[in-house]
Amino acid sequence: MTPRRQRMLAVGLAASGIIIATALTLEALKDNMMFFISVTDVVAGEYPADRNFRIGGLVVDGSMQRETGSMDILFRVTDLRCEMSVTYSGVLPDLFREGQGVVAHGRMDRSGMFIADRIMAKHDENYMAPEVAASLAENVNEQTADLVQGGPECDS
Amino acid sequence: MWNLLHRLASPPHFYRLAAGMIPWFAVSGLLAVAYGAYAGLFIAPPDYQQGDAFRIIYVHVPSAYLSMMAYVIMATGAGIGLIWRMKLAHAVAAAAAPLGAWFTFLALVTGSIWGRPMWGTWWEWGDPRLTSELVMLFLYFGYIALRGAIDDTAKADRASAVLALVGAVNVPIIHFSVEWWSSLHQGPTLIRKGGPAIDSAMLYPLLAMILGFTLLFGALLLRRVRTEVLYRERRTKWVREMILSTPGNNL
Amino acid sequence: MGAYGAYVWSCFVLTAIVFLICEWRARLRQRQVYRDIEVRVKVLGGRQ
Repeated sequence: MTPRRQRMLAVGLAASGIIIATALTLEALKDNMMFFISVTDVVAGEYPADRNFRIGGLVVDGSMQRETGSMDILFRVTDLRCEMSVTYSGVLPDLFREGQGVVAHGRMDRSGMFIADRIMAKHDENYMAPEVAASLAENVNEQTADLVQGGPECDS
Repeated sequence: MWNLLHRLASPPHFYRLAAGMIPWFAVSGLLAVAYGAYAGLFIAPPDYQQGDAFRIIYVHVPSAYLSMMAYVIMATGAGIGLIWRMKLAHAVAAAAAPLGAWFTFLALVTGSIWGRPMWGTWWEWGDPRLTSELVMLFLYFGYIALRGAIDDTAKADRASAVLALVGAVNVPIIHFSVEWWSSLHQGPTLIRKGGPAIDSAMLYPLLAMILGFTLLFGALLLRRVRTEVLYRERRTKWVREMILSTPGNNL
Repeated sequence: MGAYGAYVWSCFVLTAIVFLICEWRARLRQRQVYRDIEVRVKVLGGRQ
């Protein structure tokens, strides 16, 4: 084996070792690496009870209620399988609207209400002019897959 | 084929060739960026959801793409340098690192400025896209610091090449982070099944910006590689002769 | 540009600044390296 071949082999072996190690680590950490928890998992009780976490989903159309003269709002979030209620008090991001993706940071209270201390809007990867969007069919707001759960219906 | 490659990669030849290429890269890059920036800021329609804030895409996406591109160039140069002991490849890797770090910084900051009005947050710890891009900034810093810590160029080349190759695993992680895990960041707009999900009036300025950034990056990289080559060859006959035959200061 | 002007313009201006810094640093380093070699070759006569 020429020295160059040897070096090629060494680099190749080291690279495959690193790739395998990284893939295994990422696979093992997959559940801890979720930036937000789906509504279905929260409804099924699979969430950390003792600390804050994030939930992600779509704001249910027509679910937003705001007290007049107050910053308090109440809305429902869905992943097209389960739904849950969220309350929040404060300024909302510009993209927050019904039917739109949302990520909320906060904790669950005992009644199953999510008390958010921060609200973030999540938009999709489509960019278009307002006229084009208006002329398209109503379901233009195609959401990124991670907000939506497949499967039939909610267990709880 | 190998002969031609060897001739191209010979330091004096590269040094002369690169000098002639830099102005072409710079001028064409400036033209593409001028068109892209003008059309992106004033001609492209506002986005149906984000309004004018979406125009940040015209600097954010090219910077983010270059930050990864620079890493790929750096890791490729490091790999070729390690296996074939090619000095020019190590010089390319060393020259790409500071540029990559700057564009990673730019991608992070413009993304943050975009995230504030749209998402409602400057930065979210734990977001996979944001975190993996930040990790790349520290990989660049580590690479630059490691090179700086070793005086002997050949040793610095080899040690830093290993770091560059190990860190390369982060590049696909950045790209696929938004598909593998849940993230505040949306999925890819340009490189996706079914083609780009963006109006052509918005797309063309973006492509012009990506092309222009790449050309300007090429000009910057060539200048840095030339300097690297000059430094590494400082004791050779051709450098000595070139400098002696140049009256005064030819910079 | 409306309410988002400040966000958009600050991104574009920052990008221009970063490009200028990159160009300036690359030229500065090129000049330094060239000068060092020039001094050694022309002044010290290539010894060392």
